[in-house]
Amino acid sequence: MADIASTIPDAAPRPGSLAAGSDRLRKRRRAELRLKIYGLSAIGIAAAALIALLSTVVFQAGGALFSTYFDKEIQLDTEFLGVTASSDPDVIRRADFDGLIERGLEERFPLATGRQERRELHDLVSGGANFELADHVAANPDLLGQSINFPLIGSDTLDLYKQGAYGRLDRQPVNGLLSVSEREDGNLDISTSANDFTDALRQVKAQLYVDADRLRRQASRQENAIRVYGERVEAAETDEERSEHLADQDLARERRDALIAQAEGLEARADGAGGAEEVDDDNVSLLIKAGGGWMRLTEVNRADASGEMLTRVELPIEDSEAWSFHIMAMPESNRPFSDHQIAWAETLDEAGLIERVFNTRFFTAADSRAPELAGIWGAVVGSFWTMLVTFSLTFPVGVLGAIYLQEFAPRNRFTDFIEVNINNLAAVPSIVFGLLGLAVFLGFFGMPRSAPLVGGIVLALMTLPTIIIASRAALRAVPPSIREAALGVGASKVQAVFHHVLPLAMPGILTGTIIGMAAALGETAPLLLIGMVAFIVEVPTGITDNATVLPVQVFRWSDFPERAFEAKTAAAICVLLTFLVVMNLVAIILRRKFERRW
Amino acid sequence: MTDVKIKAKDVQVYYGDNHAIKDVSVEIENNTVTAFIGPSGCGKSTFLRCINRMNDTIDVCRVEGDIRLDGEDINDKQVDPVQLRAKVGMVFQKPNPFPKSIYDNVAYGPKIHGMSRNKAELDEIVEKALRRGAIWDEVKDRLDAPGTGLSGGQQQRLCIARAIATEPEVLLMDEPCSALDPIATAQVEELIDELRQNYCVVIVTHSMQQAARVSQKTAFFHLGNLVEYGDTPKIFTNPEDSRTESYITGRIG
Repeated sequence: MADIASTIPDAAPRPGSLAAGSDRLRKRRRAELRLKIYGLSAIGIAAAALIALLSTVVFQAGGALFSTYFDKEIQLDTEFLGVTASSDPDVIRRADFDGLIERGLEERFPLATGRQERRELHDLVSGGANFELADHVAANPDLLGQSINFPLIGSDTLDLYKQGAYGRLDRQPVNGLLSVSEREDGNLDISTSANDFTDALRQVKAQLYVDADRLRRQASRQENAIRVYGERVEAAETDEERSEHLADQDLARERRDALIAQAEGLEARADGAGGAEEVDDDNVSLLIKAGGGWMRLTEVNRADASGEMLTRVELPIEDSEAWSFHIMAMPESNRPFSDHQIAWAETLDEAGLIERVFNTRFFTAADSRAPELAGIWGAVVGSFWTMLVTFSLTFPVGVLGAIYLQEFAPRNRFTDFIEVNINNLAAVPSIVFGLLGLAVFLGFFGMPRSAPLVGGIVLALMTLPTIIIASRAALRAVPPSIREAALGVGASKVQAVFHHVLPLAMPGILTGTIIGMAAALGETAPLLLIGMVAFIVEVPTGITDNATVLPVQVFRWSDFPERAFEAKTAAAICVLLTFLVVMNLVAIILRRKFERRW
Repeated sequence: MTDVKIKAKDVQVYYGDNHAIKDVSVEIENNTVTAFIGPSGCGKSTFLRCINRMNDTIDVCRVEGDIRLDGEDINDKQVDPVQLRAKVGMVFQKPNPFPKSIYDNVAYGPKIHGMSRNKAELDEIVEKALRRGAIWDEVKDRLDAPGTGLSGGQQQRLCIARAIATEPEVLLMDEPCSALDPIATAQVEELIDELRQNYCVVIVTHSMQQAARVSQKTAFFHLGNLVEYGDTPKIFTNPEDSRTESYITGRIG
């Protein structure tokens, strides 16, 4: 149109022509465009937030996908355990399998002698591994005295280390030949023929700046104190007070000067090119693998260092090419997995004794305090029982209530009152239903605590208004001509409703029910009040057993201090979301399949 | 031709405070097509719905007066509206087949009234009703197809078949052709004329031509009153009341 207009010279649009744009029209178009942009950006923001949320959760949950096992041969020493194949299974179960596993580890790493080191060594294996071994042997007592391959589950920190949650051992390039000899005090003299430790020294020195910075910050706090004391000296009313404040001020000055001197000292050391530096647990960990074992540097210079053994190293080493140098960037004091444990884990890994397998336990086990043993299955089953109770109460009551109110009830003040109350109940905070459950079902009727029965009843009360409202809407949407047709051929009102209206409303009713159930499945607050937040290690077998449910499990795990529970929490959220998505999909499919048009 | 099927006397209908039907008395003959005509809102549909007590389903509606079917008071406490509606079938303005198969649409009435002992009998009833509804030839090969898939005219004939499947004695039709095209209308009108042999047919219509074509008796309603009732030719050619004349000549309505 624009082309045509431009080819006709001086074609001034006649007044009132369709081609003549008016200001009003332009303004309206701009307003429409603006609205469109607002809408699009709102959807964009919502979608981005959703994607960010989901990807974070799924990414975090990845850590719970695998678990670490020791695939180590275990000698079931009857003498050590003090039981034989003919012992009672209960006695076998109580035998000291913990000690057996620990003894096996200590035999492999004889250097671990100190109390602390031995505990770290034992901590590589999960606290639950010995029970599993005991159960396995108790079930198969013939194994006693034999040497068996039983996968022992590794601890959560080992698993996190294998995942790289603490960073990875960073192998450094080395050019020189390594020599190691033992000093009289048991420490090691380590040297290379090239300056292979230069970079490590630089990293250690970088830490000095950080320390100096910290000292300077402390000094500036003392500076503040000096100023405050100065003000107090001026404001003091008696000589006694004045001299007291002066003394305090002097003390602060002294402290400040000392801190600054320390900081300057550290900075001078850091600026200097050479000089051996001590490596403490606030520094990066510097690990050397040579002579069949692992060493840690305690003091480092560019070409030589002092160190200590982490695992046994064949000494002396002279001008060896066969060595590697590793840096662990996260300081030992910041991670619950010590340098020793790294050395042991690497040694076992190299021997092929550590494997990571898909974490089926997460989907089959119930809750545990130990993250590596914890699973979601208990909560899934608990949710199932709870939903079963909820559904079997809320569906018939809700649907029949809706049918009565919509199809049969006379319109009067009483039914109006009921209707208003149902609508209001849908807006009552769920925790109020929890209080009701606590007071009525636990307090008055004395029902069992923490049981899906009570949880289900409470959630049923919560879901009931949703289902009644959705069902009434579905019934209302059935055209009156269907009712008339049924009545016209002589059906009674009940027949008309149950033969014709209800089947037509069913997809809508089911959709409402499923959405209500999905809301109930994700509900946490009321269940906290009736005790379903308990720590339950057994998979519930009925509606009166102690149980917990999926969202409560998420809530509990998110509260646990162990870092490995982060991944478990995310994985539990994924399981919960999966259930919700499946339920919503079923709702959509039902609607698509059974929805009729007339 | 003179036996009276339905006898209404002093019928009053109220919708809440609204007096919708005032003092209507009429005698409707058997084997006759009686047309109710009148402007919108004059109460002709309301009066029709009194005959099978469909107004019972409306909470605010109140019916007074005496309506007798074969001499029996239909508003008697002992009369079950369900039984009445089996005897007095109804066809509605908009075709409203159940969203079920054609077969189930027709079979539903006989089923709930226990009119058949077995499947074969039911099949027979359904076929008979569909034949009488003049739709058998069109649907006999697809009885399992949904009734809602038929065309508008076919749907309405299906609804008529459904209504006569329960062997009613009276057939009420509330503007049965208003949603149909002229061809479908002609088919339904033809059907109505055939149905006259076996039933007492009462039809509400907005179309005066239709009333003139299909009915033997015509009643003219205006503002809730039955203004004039008589033989159709007489109403259309020589009305007694001036209001009837105004309506049929198009001056009111």
